[in-house]
Amino acid sequence: MKSTKAGHWIFWLSIIGIVAVAIIGLTAMKTPSDQIQGDTTGNATGSAENLVGLAPADISQSQLDTAATNEPFAYQLATAVNENRLASNFIWTLICGFLVMFMQAGFALAETGFCRAKHAGHTMFMNFMIYALGMLGFYICGFALMMGGVGLVGVSNLGGLAQLNKEFTIGGWGLFGYKGFFLSGSSYDVSVAVMFLFQMVFMDTTATVPTGAMAERWKTLPFIIYGLFVGAIIYPIFGNWVWGGGWLSQLGTKAGLGVGYVDFAGSGVVHAIGGWTALAGAIVLGPRLGKFNKDKTPNAIPGHSLILGALGVFILAFGWFGFNPGSTLGASFSGNLRIGMVALTTMLSCAASSLTSMAYTWMKNGKPDFGMTLNGMLAGLVAITAPSGFVSPQWAIVIGGVAGVWVCFAVWFVENKLHVDDPVGAIAVHGFNGALGQLCVGLFADGTMNYNGLVVKGLFYGDAKQLLAQVIGMVVAFVWAFGIGFVFFKILDKTIGMRVSPEAELAGLDIPEIGAPGYGQELMPA
Amino acid sequence: MKKVEAIIRPDKLGSVKAAIAAVGYGGLTITQVQGHGKQKGVKEMYRGVEYTVDVLQKVKIEIVVPDADVEKIIDAVVGAGRTGSVGDGKIFISDIRDAVRVRTGERGDKAL
Repeated sequence: MKSTKAGHWIFWLSIIGIVAVAIIGLTAMKTPSDQIQGDTTGNATGSAENLVGLAPADISQSQLDTAATNEPFAYQLATAVNENRLASNFIWTLICGFLVMFMQAGFALAETGFCRAKHAGHTMFMNFMIYALGMLGFYICGFALMMGGVGLVGVSNLGGLAQLNKEFTIGGWGLFGYKGFFLSGSSYDVSVAVMFLFQMVFMDTTATVPTGAMAERWKTLPFIIYGLFVGAIIYPIFGNWVWGGGWLSQLGTKAGLGVGYVDFAGSGVVHAIGGWTALAGAIVLGPRLGKFNKDKTPNAIPGHSLILGALGVFILAFGWFGFNPGSTLGASFSGNLRIGMVALTTMLSCAASSLTSMAYTWMKNGKPDFGMTLNGMLAGLVAITAPSGFVSPQWAIVIGGVAGVWVCFAVWFVENKLHVDDPVGAIAVHGFNGALGQLCVGLFADGTMNYNGLVVKGLFYGDAKQLLAQVIGMVVAFVWAFGIGFVFFKILDKTIGMRVSPEAELAGLDIPEIGAPGYGQELMPA
Repeated sequence: MKKVEAIIRPDKLGSVKAAIAAVGYGGLTITQVQGHGKQKGVKEMYRGVEYTVDVLQKVKIEIVVPDADVEKIIDAVVGAGRTGSVGDGKIFISDIRDAVRVRTGERGDKAL
């Protein structure tokens, strides 16, 4: 078997990358003493001062100042309390981040189950590699672009992250960060490590969405390049605008639109971006052979394992307990006791959505459609992701119930009106229901939360401007992800080609692309 | 009556089924099979060691038809299943002594 040029390129570029990182590790780790240092032991992170104004203790600055001079032991105890506050926040964020990492397995199983057996190995391979590729793109520059300026707004739950203090602005509107490339210098820091891990697993959730919509006909090399690009550019730029202190989050303070566009755990930042990128990719790639007839009517191409699909969706539902509740970035003070409520809204929404999608398909087809029901559960999870920290259990069920039917419509719409082939329903689940989630914040947020001062109200609770901020976020997410995705995939198509040959597609991508079948190894010669 | 056993490429199943339906037949049996012909398969690598993939996926269609239809069925399978490349498959024709429809007990060509 002869190796191809692509293999040589990838191997030597990887070596160059590793060497570059080694050079950075040797030369770029010192921070000038007049700048904020990274804390590598954890002993310099946080102080008693962090407790000032934090609910429910509500210690005032003057109380703290008095203690500093008159009651040194009390002051030291306050420092210890803050240390425990940070520790519980670190534990919470990390454990939830690990759960979200496990969602990679969920996506892998769900997507592979919805594809045909002859492509199973390659579909799994893409879902497997996206973890490393997205992470490295995020490591190189994605994290810096997304979070490089977040220290300017402060992340109290994790100790401030003050060293992430570079945000590029125009007229005061934040566009992207530029600190923390390769996690060098002051980013060698215990809090940055937690933030990077947590943000990275969210980025990879976005990254893995297009692999489903583009399965069964995507060449491996353009997929690899995409994996790096989505973690380096597509996800982080929009992420900066919402969670990095950028302009969408500033729509409140600078334009009077509620509290600005908010997205608790990322219906917009993660799922809509993933879904609209997937739409761009599926359009550029074109439909699978045999999917559409000459008159554009679609043919069903059933997946090969509802069992794997269902297992994958269950793993996703489990991992979502890290996705939504973890987005407080903490478990103590600052309204973080709401984490149980966030988990509750998450589970209620997906129960409602799986029920309504099952019922809808049962009504339309005479039998419940399990595949559509699986998409239905995911739709509820996606749709509740943005509102999960801001709505009541009742609205969670309503949102999920709507999402379960909305996804059925979206699947039909994408296939029959847009004439786009999406083997797993990724565009319907993540794009259409991501947008629904963004919208629902602006409708149902009820102002009963208080995350260190963040109180969100939607239209039904008196703030119509919040709805406007959310709609702006919906439109921007589509324009950004679909726009840059389309341009990027078109460039890939024109240069190296996006699609496998028809012979490879008909034979199944497993042997042509990765040289091994997903199934049937036991019949290989001993 | 004759049995027509056609081993074809899996991705040609749809067009071959359509082609023989146009000729007309009583019923068909489809099995997923693996194997190879004269060319003995392809070479791949597994964890650093080369091996031969000579167990290739194919589909076998078996139908039993009256003698008069055999050539038409063969033409239909070849027409729809041929790509011109190695791996197109083979058709075997065998004699069938008798056939019985289980539901009614009919025998011979009436059972097809």
